[in-house]
Amino acid sequence: MNIHEYQAKELLEKFGVAVPRGSSAATAEEAERIARSLGTNNLVVKAQIHAGGRGKGTFKSGLKGGVQLCKTASQARDYAKQMLGQTLVTHQTGPEGKTVHKVLIAESVEIKRELYFAILIDRAISAPLIVASTEGGVEIETVAEKSPEKIIREPIDPALGLQPYQTRKLAKRLGFASGEMRAACKLFTALYKLFIACDCSMVEVNPLVVTAGGDVLALDAKFNFDDNALFRHPEILSLRDVAEEDPREVEASKHNLNYIGLDGNIACLVNGAGLAMATMDIVKHYGGEPANFLDVGGGATEQQVTEAFKILIADPKVKAILVNIFGGIMKCDVIAQGIINAVRFLEKNEERMVPLVVRLEGTNVKLGRKMLSESGLQIIAAENFSDAAEKVVKIIEA
Amino acid sequence: MAILVDKNTRLLVQGITGKAGAFHAKACMEYGTNVVAGVTPARGGEKFENKVPVFDTVDEARRETGCNATMIFVPAEFAADSILEAVDAGIELVVCITEGIPVIDMMRVKAAMVGKSNRLIGPNCPGIITPGQCKIGIMPGYIHKPGNIGVISRSGTLTYEAVWQLTMRGYGQSTCIGIGGDPINGTSHLDALKYFNDDPDTEAVILIGEIGGSAEEEAAAWAKEHCKKPLAAFIAGTTAPPGRRMGHAGAIVSGGKGTASGKIEALKSAGIAVADTPASMAETLIALLGK
Repeated sequence: MNIHEYQAKELLEKFGVAVPRGSSAATAEEAERIARSLGTNNLVVKAQIHAGGRGKGTFKSGLKGGVQLCKTASQARDYAKQMLGQTLVTHQTGPEGKTVHKVLIAESVEIKRELYFAILIDRAISAPLIVASTEGGVEIETVAEKSPEKIIREPIDPALGLQPYQTRKLAKRLGFASGEMRAACKLFTALYKLFIACDCSMVEVNPLVVTAGGDVLALDAKFNFDDNALFRHPEILSLRDVAEEDPREVEASKHNLNYIGLDGNIACLVNGAGLAMATMDIVKHYGGEPANFLDVGGGATEQQVTEAFKILIADPKVKAILVNIFGGIMKCDVIAQGIINAVRFLEKNEERMVPLVVRLEGTNVKLGRKMLSESGLQIIAAENFSDAAEKVVKIIEA
Repeated sequence: MAILVDKNTRLLVQGITGKAGAFHAKACMEYGTNVVAGVTPARGGEKFENKVPVFDTVDEARRETGCNATMIFVPAEFAADSILEAVDAGIELVVCITEGIPVIDMMRVKAAMVGKSNRLIGPNCPGIITPGQCKIGIMPGYIHKPGNIGVISRSGTLTYEAVWQLTMRGYGQSTCIGIGGDPINGTSHLDALKYFNDDPDTEAVILIGEIGGSAEEEAAAWAKEHCKKPLAAFIAGTTAPPGRRMGHAGAIVSGGKGTASGKIEALKSAGIAVADTPASMAETLIALLGK
């Protein structure tokens, strides 16, 4: 789950991580009020969308840049007015762009130095790991490639947590002056506390800045939360903005279906995450392009299968559907009934239907296959896994 | 022989009175697994299926029945505590089926298990089976056949796929072990591979991996130096978009790390045969056996 920059800023403030002063606004009037209350001539207005590359983005209305510097509250108001309700296109949004519903008005600080500071759960050591660098403001992958020696790694004992000596060591290695150390250590400690308390899988502060006045501030932060832990964080879950997510994925999640949209034209409906990934891979292997990842899970009901078909067929790019089921706990006859119901439902509601290739294997497979062949529906039965992939790719090519 | 579980395994089921726990405990019993006890707090004194005694704590179940393995079906919120309870009671093999345990909880469990002799399999896994002897988990028993091929996998249905391909071609399995799809788990590919390498009843191994982490690469590096048995592999997720979590909590390519192509390259450079497609996992291994 991702959150907006202004939400990240509020979360950081709550845990005592120093950030530039500012607040979010949903109207131009509100933006002006906030700008005035900051009492400074150095202001920045930032469009709030989840995608990166906002500064270099362009609004469909013509305004260039989703991040604007200005001097006065009335200028802040003007920029807010030009951004709110408008669509911002960046290299991460795709050509359709994203609508801006909020702007962040903040004090623009004079930066002396930019650094990188992140905390993540490292799988190899099964522990939190701090990754930091004196090279801030650029992507850490770029630093890792060009100057790996500039990346500092500090593992944290899961039982002890981040120790004060570690924060001092990090501060020194990151080149903080003695006078700045206290502020740096305080920020690191607060950030670690937030990381654990909110069940983050990653917090990335980039850049972490030292201002001309000697303040140490988190200028921008990106959070990743552990989806498995959201049940104990209603306050984090409430930050979710479904408008920022793929509508197909939002719909699927309502029915407890695990769906990820892709760009191809062969839709896949599979049980089990590993098999679902492998099904996409085999489609590609035979020259096709998968339209999605979809895991209906080990205990899908007829109703879920029907909902899954509706989501697949709603994607106009989809030209064929491949169903790949290895029935273990899930019985093939139940899946077959789900498919039959779904296809009949779509026919009845005059939805479009596309060629359907079905591969069933496992528990009650004979009954399942018999039900499909006797249904009178246009279903192409596959002999086995590779046959299914070959058949569906041939349909697309024909 | 086989690895970790056999006909002498005495199984405890934690969460035996829950819906999933009861269903699968029964299926394991029908397969022939010796289920000797169940645990559900505040339900002690009951009998499951009029046969298996239910206890309030794992400690009590261990003392009363001498159970030496446990299968955990406790909901994700409480599963980490259940693993620690089993470890504390000295249960040798802890198999956690539960999906959705917070990663920070698993991080603490893993830290608490350092220096302990218990073996944890999972979480978020189908379990472990030695065909014809003992099934601990949610896999359909009938697709398996006793034999000499070991199977290791992060994914449930992909394990079934590999097992079925083997069984259909007349090749049985020594033990099949699902290590789970979470970023932090108890048993890695490498741990499982070491067991199979030492098992005289295992002649060859299929290793199934997927995007995310570096467990497959570590197993490949070790195998290159130490594994004398034929090895075939498959890696799922060649087409997975970076930065997206593909169903399993651990199946994610982040910062360019954990890609399918990187894993396939590591396996190949260790001399391991990698199947081109998930439909050819068994064939890829069988081709090695003739040599």
